[in-house]
Amino acid sequence: MNILMYLIPIAVLLGLIGLVAFIWTLKSNQYEDLDGAAHRILLDDDEDDLK
Amino acid sequence: MGTAANAETVSDQHDVRRELGGYKSLVRQNIDNKNVLYLHVTGVHCAGCIQKVESAVYKNKDVDLARLNFSTGRLNIIWDGSPDVADDFVHDIESMGYGVQPFNPESEKNEDSHQDRFLLLCLGVAAFAIGNIMLLSLGLWITTAETMGVATRSFMHWVAAIIAIPTIIFAGRPFFFSALKALRNRHTNMDVPISLALILATGMSVFELLQNGEHVYFDSAVMLTFFLLIGRYLDFRARRSAKRAATDLMQTLSGFATIINGGKHERIPIRDVREGMIVSVSSGEKFPVDGTIHDGTTSVDTSLVTGETVPHNCTAGDAVYAGTLNLSAPIKVLVSKRADDTLLADIVRLMEKAEQGQATYVRLADKAATLYTPFVHSLALIAFLFWLFIGHMAWQDAMMIAVTVLIITCPCALGLAVPVVQVLGSGLLMKHGVLLKSGDALEKLAKIDTVFLDKTGTLTIGKPALVDQSNEDTMQLAASLASHSKHPLSQALVNAYGGGDLLNFTDISETPGYGLEGTYDGQIFRLGQHEWVHTSKPLNNDDKGQTIYFASDDGKIAGSYIFQDDLKHDAAAVIKSMQNSGLKTCLISGDHNAEVERISAQVNITDYHAEMKPDEKYTLLENAKKGGSNVLMVGDGLNDAPVLMAADISMAPGSAIDMAQNAADIVFMGDGLSQVTFTYDVARKTQSLILQNFVLAAIYNMIAIPFAFMGYITPFIAALAMSGSSLIVILNSFRLKFTRNQRT
Repeated sequence: MNILMYLIPIAVLLGLIGLVAFIWTLKSNQYEDLDGAAHRILLDDDEDDLK
Repeated sequence: MGTAANAETVSDQHDVRRELGGYKSLVRQNIDNKNVLYLHVTGVHCAGCIQKVESAVYKNKDVDLARLNFSTGRLNIIWDGSPDVADDFVHDIESMGYGVQPFNPESEKNEDSHQDRFLLLCLGVAAFAIGNIMLLSLGLWITTAETMGVATRSFMHWVAAIIAIPTIIFAGRPFFFSALKALRNRHTNMDVPISLALILATGMSVFELLQNGEHVYFDSAVMLTFFLLIGRYLDFRARRSAKRAATDLMQTLSGFATIINGGKHERIPIRDVREGMIVSVSSGEKFPVDGTIHDGTTSVDTSLVTGETVPHNCTAGDAVYAGTLNLSAPIKVLVSKRADDTLLADIVRLMEKAEQGQATYVRLADKAATLYTPFVHSLALIAFLFWLFIGHMAWQDAMMIAVTVLIITCPCALGLAVPVVQVLGSGLLMKHGVLLKSGDALEKLAKIDTVFLDKTGTLTIGKPALVDQSNEDTMQLAASLASHSKHPLSQALVNAYGGGDLLNFTDISETPGYGLEGTYDGQIFRLGQHEWVHTSKPLNNDDKGQTIYFASDDGKIAGSYIFQDDLKHDAAAVIKSMQNSGLKTCLISGDHNAEVERISAQVNITDYHAEMKPDEKYTLLENAKKGGSNVLMVGDGLNDAPVLMAADISMAPGSAIDMAQNAADIVFMGDGLSQVTFTYDVARKTQSLILQNFVLAAIYNMIAIPFAFMGYITPFIAALAMSGSSLIVILNSFRLKFTRNQRT
């Protein structure tokens, strides 16, 4: 069962990375304009965003 | 004044506005010393619009960022260099046909976006926790202490505890705060039993953990939190948009006015305009404040305020109101009331008053909770006391049974019964072009017994259409002359003529309030009011509609055209089906008595009120509500906005002005009215499904509670059963998808 001592923290760590990524998307306002995001995917050139 | 000259004046005015545009006064500097400007852009409907607006701003090479928020219409611009280019941005966007208003940054500080983030964050944390804890729980469920070993088991319990306890403290806050708030006001709501179940389940688990015991149920507690947060977030999103109305109204008052100060034009914010100032209003512009005309003659479209379709002629000394539209000529207005006191501001105040009235509404789910909570709590307490004193159990075991009772009766199904049906209902309606703006709209709509209808633009198309003409031969001539005017009746005449060839008139002039004059083939023709046109035809005095006359100066060629605002094609059928459903119908309009009488006779409404001012409409509604009626208001004008806000539930067509759409709970698309009855059908269907869900939840409780009470169920099985009942409720809700709109 010693393997659990490694595997469980690794599993929790992977989950934490996901959580941190989620909090980052939340803090950088990516959920502010969900309708707009749905429309923007249709736009052809992304040069404005690359600026 | 010829048309050419007229066009020149208009473009001059545009240039003046551009030079004097006050937007640069709104530019702020951020910490990097760059210019920041927030604008409110209206008329953005698609991906193309986003791109057009943003790339128009990016044309200026100094711009670092131009980002348009599609949901709120807020455009954020950040650039280097001079703040003066702000007015150029506005001009460029306006010239593409979008509306621009200053965005009031204070209105952005709403609690909503804060709350939205808070719930999402809690949901994310709970999702993370439940994923990891389930990983451990799976191992715990499929083995026993013998096969796994007590040491391994308690290690896994400890890991679960380390994840679960902070999660419940963090992600459970929406429920704890709400429960605390309710208790402090000596009320109870659904969050009280939820909070208690969470706290007790966690507390008991900690206790067992310290004893190295078996009954550790962090997984149940976190799963509960996760499920309930989903329901809470869906519910919140459904309710959010309704709150935006008042904010948007204030935007209208936050524009600019051009004042004339010692012969010079100056653009100042509308809120700084004072009594006695002279304001210049170009044609096609809205009056920024109430006042009297100082100089000039024009026609004014008051449909925003009174609902009348036909423009009024106004000359020096006549009163004009903020929000109405100056149609034909640039004029000067002497301000009689500052912006805070205008008719428009009164409407805003009426709406705010109405909005506060809405807060007292108790939703069905909350009502259920007030009955449910004491029942559940006393049951758990009885279970605890029963097993402790009569069953002679150890207090830990008795407490475990009480916790099981709490978990199994946890109002999860109750919490999901309403939001799931509402999300499905609003999805179904959206497919049919009906947009729900408040979460409890369907619930309120299902309870109505009275329908108030506005006339112009709601029952009728809202634009005059040709219904009768004296002489078809003159049609081409008259329409050709009419094509040079922006007056609604002229445009209706051109529309009625269709796409045929137009004759080339010269020397055209328009006299506001009277009509048009033009020359064709050496002959002078006039089109307009009876006294303006030299016609031998008698004045049409009956009330069939508005008449305009057309004649040559020698009177040999003459014609007259009668226009009416026609009913929508399905108006009569829809009203009939409402009356068949047992709803009282009532027509309220700001228009003339005769016109209202004609329309109400056509759709068979006996209860009608004409020439109603906004506050009279409001009073009428208040009286109906005091009389115990649940009222649905359907309207589209600014004059309807307070009533739309104050009514128990309100609907506005997609053609309505922004303000009415914002004030209404429901917005429907399409030319007809059938959406109103369809939405009503869906509302009643959702209500019956919600009731069914409550019954399902009650049956489940009746079966499960005795078992839990007897101690046959562990808290873990309880959490599973609870989730199972939630699934049944969700599946039942999906039956709503089979509702059809029979009339379209």
